[in-house]
Amino acid sequence: MTMDLAASQTAFADALLHADRPVPDGITTARGEADAARFAVYRNNVFVGLTKALAQRFPVTERLVGTQFFVAMARAYAQDHKPASPLIIEYGGDFPDFIASFQPASKLAYLPDVARIEAAWMRAYHAADATPLDLAVLAAVAPERLADLRLVAHPSTGLIRSGYPVGSIWSAHQLETVTPITDWRPQDVLVVRPEMTVNIHILPSQDAVFAACLFDGATLGAAAEAALTEAPAFDFGAALMGLVSLGAFRALQPDEGNVP
Amino acid sequence: MTASKTQAYALPARAGLGLKPEHYETVLANRPDVGFFEVHAENYMGAGGPPHRYLEAITELYPLSLHGVGLSIGAAHELDKAHLKRLRGLIDRYRPQSFSEHLAWSTHDTGFLNDLLPLPYTPETLARVIDHVDETQQALGRRLLLENPSTYVLFADSTIDEVDFLATIAERTGCGLLLDVNNVMVSAVNHRLDAATYIDRFPVELVGEIHLAGYDETVDDAGDRLLIDAHGTAVKSDVVALYQHTLARSGPLPTLIEWDNDVPDFATLQAEAARADAMLAAEALRRNGQRIRAA
Repeated sequence: MTMDLAASQTAFADALLHADRPVPDGITTARGEADAARFAVYRNNVFVGLTKALAQRFPVTERLVGTQFFVAMARAYAQDHKPASPLIIEYGGDFPDFIASFQPASKLAYLPDVARIEAAWMRAYHAADATPLDLAVLAAVAPERLADLRLVAHPSTGLIRSGYPVGSIWSAHQLETVTPITDWRPQDVLVVRPEMTVNIHILPSQDAVFAACLFDGATLGAAAEAALTEAPAFDFGAALMGLVSLGAFRALQPDEGNVP
Repeated sequence: MTASKTQAYALPARAGLGLKPEHYETVLANRPDVGFFEVHAENYMGAGGPPHRYLEAITELYPLSLHGVGLSIGAAHELDKAHLKRLRGLIDRYRPQSFSEHLAWSTHDTGFLNDLLPLPYTPETLARVIDHVDETQQALGRRLLLENPSTYVLFADSTIDEVDFLATIAERTGCGLLLDVNNVMVSAVNHRLDAATYIDRFPVELVGEIHLAGYDETVDDAGDRLLIDAHGTAVKSDVVALYQHTLARSGPLPTLIEWDNDVPDFATLQAEAARADAMLAAEALRRNGQRIRAA
């Protein structure tokens, strides 16, 4: 029996997601005939709801391309990307990847990375709360043990390594009047919410290498080595203290945390 | 009355408002006289962050109605166990005075469709929904209120009247009902039914909460009036009148003002709530007056 309901919902969903399909059989009105305008209300609700959710999550992206372009891009995404669950707060996690492959937006090479900041912002906003690692805890570690130490990333952290000044672009578009970016160079952006406010930080590139390695689970020693390879001027102490004070870590790796 | 029933009816018979992030600070700073707040459960299913911080603070001060929009109770396929678990987590954490969901489906093989979609009313769908309501109440350890939908189309296959369909679900599962008076108006106009008759036939003794909202209006391909459940304006005057008609039958009930799109400033929402509060108070007074005269 449920086969019938399943089949009818499949037909309904198919027609809903494809504007060129006719109103499914058995869908009628008080007049006793199908009415495309009425069925279109559902179709419209689905797509307007999803594009609105994307506009809320990606406001700078929308500002950069204009509402009309954004809505078209969002609809193209929504056509093939339905939310995996009823958690609309998670919808659009891979919208930046879609933008990167969206031909009409290809001239704005920095657009996917700006969207990645916005995707990371929302992830950070809803991430688990955690007290960031206290600098004093790190300071209490014996110096000879530091190189073998691993740190646990704060649940809210996101790192966007870009070939464009996406941190500056994002920041400029938080204000009503956008000032042009004068210093056009690659930027690495750390997104983190140590307390209740999501923060966006532009990191020196060697610090970003260091952070990326640590977030991947590398030891402080291995991460420092990678950063030094990128920039001989890398300052281990300053970089570590900097990241810790931004709240990028939650704790020392448990198996090493109890060592005085 | 069983314990679970008491819990389901524990919202005050006052006007409540949907809690919007843009009003978190205003609510905490001014502590406005609002009967209760309602939130969409799915907006609080993140692990942490400001939504939970604010909801914790606000539920210290106000009763809470938890309103689900994603369980897809009317779906042919099985309920999403992970989603039920998330709902249970929220209920255990916030102990809302009411939990409600919709007579609709929203999830299919392609994913979450992000709309409350209609279902035909047949013995088959009735059995399916009853199973899903039973399963939900079991998983959540409490009674739910099931909301009547607003619809834009009809199903040729439907053989059961919507009010009978809802009443039977309630009778068979022990669930309560959420009566959305705006949805009644929207569906009545869209399907050439009489809204007051719908209310007169509705089992109001099972209603734990009323919803009011604003609709949009357009026409269909034949030029017939087509009302859209838009939640983006004040409650329309014909819905206010239908609410009055409802209260005369049901007596005062917790009443939510739903305004989810183009959300206005808090004062505008409060004015909407004040109008409903005045009508609730007038109905309570009228009933007391009758009792005094009868004595």
